[in-house]
Amino acid sequence: MAQEYKLILKYADEPGYTPDIECYLRHGGYDVLKKALALQPRDLPDGKKLSGPEQIREDVKISGLRGRGGAGFSCGLKWSFVDRKSGKPIYLICNADESEPGTFKDRQIMYKDPHQLIEGMAISCFANDVHLAYIYIRGEMVDGAKILNRALKEARAKGFLGKNILGSGYDLEMHVHRGAGAYICGEETGLIESLEGKRPYPRIKPPYFPAVLGLWMCPTIVNNVETLCNIKHIVAMGGAEFAKLGTPNNTGTRIVSLSGHVKRPGYYEIETGKATIGELISDPKFGGGLRDGRKLKAVIPGGSSAKVFKAGEKFKLKKKDAEGKEILVETDMLDLPYDFDSLAAAGSMSGSSAIIVMDDSTDIVEALANISEFYAHESCGQCTPCREGSLWMSKTLHRLTHGEGRAQDADYLVKIADNIPGGRTICAFGEACSWPVQSFVAKFKDEFVAKGAADEARRAKEVAAPVEQQALAAAHH
Amino acid sequence: MSTAATTETKPAPTAIEKIKVKVDGREIEVPRLIADWSGKLTPTTMIQACELAKTEVPHYCYHPKLPVVGNCRMCLVEYGMPALGPDRKPVLNSDGTPKIAKMPRPAISCATPISPGMEIYTTTPAVKQMREGVLESLLINHPLDCPICDQAGECKLQEYSVDYGQSASRFVETKVHKPKAVDLGPRIMLDAERCILCTRCIRFTKDIAGDDALGIINRGSYNTIATFPGMPFDNNYTLNTVDICPVGALTSKDFRFKMRVWFLKETKSVCTSCATGCNVLIGSREDKIQRYTPRENDAVNGPWMCDAGRLNYKWIGRDDRLKDVLVRGQKTTWTAALNEISDKLKKSQAGSVAIVASARQTNEELWLISKLKSKLGAISDSVARVGESDKLLVSADKNPNTNGARLTGICFSEIGTSLPQIANGIASGKIKTLIVFGEDVTKHGIGADLLGKLDNLIVSDILPNATTKLAHYILPGCAHAEKRGSFTNTKGRVQKFMKAVEAPGDARAEWEFLHDLVFNVTGQDGFVTIEGLFNAMAADVSAFNGLTWATLGDTGVTVKI
Repeated sequence: MAQEYKLILKYADEPGYTPDIECYLRHGGYDVLKKALALQPRDLPDGKKLSGPEQIREDVKISGLRGRGGAGFSCGLKWSFVDRKSGKPIYLICNADESEPGTFKDRQIMYKDPHQLIEGMAISCFANDVHLAYIYIRGEMVDGAKILNRALKEARAKGFLGKNILGSGYDLEMHVHRGAGAYICGEETGLIESLEGKRPYPRIKPPYFPAVLGLWMCPTIVNNVETLCNIKHIVAMGGAEFAKLGTPNNTGTRIVSLSGHVKRPGYYEIETGKATIGELISDPKFGGGLRDGRKLKAVIPGGSSAKVFKAGEKFKLKKKDAEGKEILVETDMLDLPYDFDSLAAAGSMSGSSAIIVMDDSTDIVEALANISEFYAHESCGQCTPCREGSLWMSKTLHRLTHGEGRAQDADYLVKIADNIPGGRTICAFGEACSWPVQSFVAKFKDEFVAKGAADEARRAKEVAAPVEQQALAAAHH
Repeated sequence: MSTAATTETKPAPTAIEKIKVKVDGREIEVPRLIADWSGKLTPTTMIQACELAKTEVPHYCYHPKLPVVGNCRMCLVEYGMPALGPDRKPVLNSDGTPKIAKMPRPAISCATPISPGMEIYTTTPAVKQMREGVLESLLINHPLDCPICDQAGECKLQEYSVDYGQSASRFVETKVHKPKAVDLGPRIMLDAERCILCTRCIRFTKDIAGDDALGIINRGSYNTIATFPGMPFDNNYTLNTVDICPVGALTSKDFRFKMRVWFLKETKSVCTSCATGCNVLIGSREDKIQRYTPRENDAVNGPWMCDAGRLNYKWIGRDDRLKDVLVRGQKTTWTAALNEISDKLKKSQAGSVAIVASARQTNEELWLISKLKSKLGAISDSVARVGESDKLLVSADKNPNTNGARLTGICFSEIGTSLPQIANGIASGKIKTLIVFGEDVTKHGIGADLLGKLDNLIVSDILPNATTKLAHYILPGCAHAEKRGSFTNTKGRVQKFMKAVEAPGDARAEWEFLHDLVFNVTGQDGFVTIEGLFNAMAADVSAFNGLTWATLGDTGVTVKI
């Protein structure tokens, strides 16, 4: 049976656990930072030595940690891209701009256990020769910024930040920067532009890969809150031990934000891939099932930009049989293990690990209209396909949900959406705004067509109605 | 275009390694590095390689002289790279050629560097579809008001829609409405609905003009170009944004609603407002100048020019232009007047004639005047015009041809130092004849009282002034737009310009009547065409040795000054 596994949120919800440094220290806080700073160079078989920071970087690679922000990119690999020979300072930025609809995991960490993030960041900074780091926090998280600033002050006072940390000779300063509430600031290069005081227009890649030309055109690491917290645990337990958590290539834990039509919406930390979507929805330890008398209609598995799953949808997943031969196994959507690879194989993604559950009371067209309106509002407008396409889709869906639909609107929507993703835009927002439209219409086309057709029929009847009736109807309005 | 002009500003091509790429199946060798917008050598991009291969890649936001931002997505292409095996060695086809792995995602050609063996595909169905998609997106909220838009006829939205777009629109929603006829500054109007948000104007203003005046407000499809509240868009380069605006969003208050651009005759010319000599195109219709636009010349002005120079053309069409040849106030013919002047000059005593020429005159005219000067033993000079300069284009020297006046021997390296000597000569009665070209000498130390003492005051000018009022002989001259000739700019660039419009009345190019005068007085002949005249001058003036009218090309040649 699937279980919760609390690694990151081990203490956060314990009764009496507070976000202040005394509480954190009582729970072994900053011990791992001490351990990291004290790492001695390790001899290699070839006679070379591996420095402490290099050992941490190696451990992160071994751990198999994948980014928790959405893309699931290997953290060790990301760090390996950093240009360490440029002679320029290297910056680390914590992406705390958690904005993907349905996602509320980083918020738990920052609000309840801010020192865990600071410790994870400090270790990451040490590992990457970073002396200045930023926490870019979403503008709406006003209290979060206050809590983090208080925590930074405490950490400085205790000597965990600042000059010559714990006598190690290592200097690190850290600042909180509040965003102004734009979703696009979660895109790492948009975030960097925003941090530089500019409009958060994502940068083109090439040439502006953050690892080479990031903040102030210096090498920069941008990692998600949860990712950085994981670094602490990797150093604490060792990369190989960490890699035993979860499933192969999907290591560690994930904090799943479960929302929508379940009895127990909330956040649940699991070993990655050790619970299925169905278990997360129905198990009494997690979602506790749908409301009584309701049937499942759809699930968005990884934040609102992920492609939707329809209840009953089946996928053919590659699995190894008893003899190690690869076979295709038909798997129901609910039986998909909640990890990066299974969801990708099913054509969607675990994204920011936010599951949005919709039961049969959901008007699927309304649901998509809601999502599309969000993306139209959040498109930064820098590049053409996303700027124009996101609002176009939203306007069409608005029409379709306000009695002005057409039966052909289903195909029309897909054609608009098809013009946006696949490398046509500067950043992944193009995918984020078009994937919901493509997947909702593909999987629930009959509902879109029916809604449009009903509108057409009603309008035809209005036109055909005798003039007196129309006048009468108008008078009633 | 003159090869001399284009090669000397770019690094020697041999210094840069060449790499081979294929553009739509055609192999081409291109330099690995090319100068970027700021002149810095940077890896050659796909769009530059395509340009070298003479393959058009449509684009809006990309401009070779601006930082690359890659926002319009019009230049998306597909591409392939030599496939590598697990041993990191190229995989070969059965015929021994490298196997090319087509990349799954397209790339913007403006920002993607090329690499050896790369294949760029600009005509695949996917590329065609992406361009259609971008154009459709750009057009859905566009007002489609071409019939009343000044940009019509030179609009990239029109051109690419015809070349790469779809004819029908699927859009049935209401359009986004944005501000129209926004007064951005004293010379610029914005129609935000026409804007495609390529940000060329923002980048030019910030990175070239050095004025962070423009930005974008709002989000997504509601994005709008704007200035800061209460801060008008008013630097000396604002009108360049109208040139680089690919659509009709930014229009020049001076030109808007004046003329459909397809009626304009475009003449290659040079701006005369300062010694920089920005290359321009004069847009004219039926002998009326409608606008100047900058003409690209990397040795002088790049693709830019200043607003002050651009708008300094209205005097050319003024009603009070000198149109008649006058002898002591009586209208006469050129032949009669020139014969009379020639006779007087031939009979004049050596040293009794002084000449004040103008550094606004052409090299050829100044050279002809120098011939008169030496024959007559005359003292000559010109008038300096000094103003403010800036870091970009504007020179403190407001004469377009100070160097020409120096090189032809009309004045010394410091211009105007002989004017007091001329004044003294008149006062003492030694100088009896003064010939003035295009200058009001009463403002430069030779007042009306002195002019009254002269036996002969011969004046050629374009507009009336205090000197022309006192002249015994008035010879109406031409604006540069009305004749051909060349100037030597502040850096020694000899640049020729063409005739755009006819001169009013009897006004005649100075070099034409100067030729007659020089022939009458000195007997020197043999240059009745501007080409012949220039070539004769080039043979005579050491700084111009070796030049010919033809080798000046459109962008000029730099000489040692």
